[in-house]
Amino acid sequence: MSLYFIITAIVTLLAAAAAMSLRNLVHCALAVVAALAGLAALYLQLDAEFVGFAQILVYVGAVAILIVFAILLTRSGEAPNQSVLAPGWIYGTAISVLLFTLLGWAVLNSAALPKETTAEPAVTVKDIGGLLMTKYVLPLEIIGLLLTAAMIGAVIIALKEPAKDETTGRKT
Amino acid sequence: MTPLQGCLLVSALLFAIGFAGAVTRRHAILALVGIELMLNAANLNFIAFWRYGPHPEALTGLMFVIFSIAIAAAEAAVGLALVIAIYRHYKTSNLDEVKDLKG
Repeated sequence: MSLYFIITAIVTLLAAAAAMSLRNLVHCALAVVAALAGLAALYLQLDAEFVGFAQILVYVGAVAILIVFAILLTRSGEAPNQSVLAPGWIYGTAISVLLFTLLGWAVLNSAALPKETTAEPAVTVKDIGGLLMTKYVLPLEIIGLLLTAAMIGAVIIALKEPAKDETTGRKT
Repeated sequence: MTPLQGCLLVSALLFAIGFAGAVTRRHAILALVGIELMLNAANLNFIAFWRYGPHPEALTGLMFVIFSIAIAAAEAAVGLALVIAIYRHYKTSNLDEVKDLKG
C-alpha cells in the first residue's frame, strides 16, 4: 500500500467527516466536493481512469452544483441557531460506529479475500466503449431512459405549486 | 494489510460516516449528501474488487460503477427537486418539522 494511497484516503475521509459535521451548509457542500474529488483520485490510483474522470465530471461538476443550488434556493446558507443534530443522534452515531467495527473486523479477518496482487489491468476507453455497445447495450439504453425520466420528473416536482383559488378552495 | 484490505477499510469508514450523517443531521440536503457518500463507498468497493480480483479483464466492476454513477446522478436530481418542493410547501427543510402527510 503506497504512501499516496494513504494520504488520499486520509484527505477523503477527513473531508467526508467535515461534510457531515460542520454547522454551515455551504461549508458542508465544499467539504463534500473535496471528499468526492478525493474519491476520484482513489479511482485513478486503482487504474480506473475512465471512472475517475466520470466521477469528476458527474459528482464534482454536476452534483456539487445541484447541492449548492438547493442550499441557496432553500435559503439555508446561514447556520441555524438550534442544534443541527436530530434528537436521538447518539443512537445513530453508535450504530454507525458498530457498523464500522463489524465491517473492519470482517475485512481484516476474512479468508475469502484474494491474497496475491494481480498485475495492473490494461484497460482502454475503447474496451469500455466496445462493451457498452455490445454486452451492456440494454442497460445503457435503460440508463438513458432513466436519466430522461429523472430530468423531466425533477423539473415537474420543482415547478411552482399551482396557486389556490380562494373562492372555491380548489387548486386551479 | 494488502491493498485490497486498505481499500475496503477506507470504503467501510466512508460508509459509516455517510450513514451517521444521513441518520443524525436534521437538514434534508445533508441527509441526501450522506446517502451519496454511502453510494460512493459502495462504488469504491466495486473498483477495489475489480482491480484486485481474479478477472480484471472482464471489466464487470468497472461497468457496474459507471451505471451506478449515472443512477446516483438521477437520484440526486430528483432528491434535490423534492427538497425544494418540500421547502416551498412547508417553508422549512428541517426533517423533524415535516410531519404532515396532507398539507
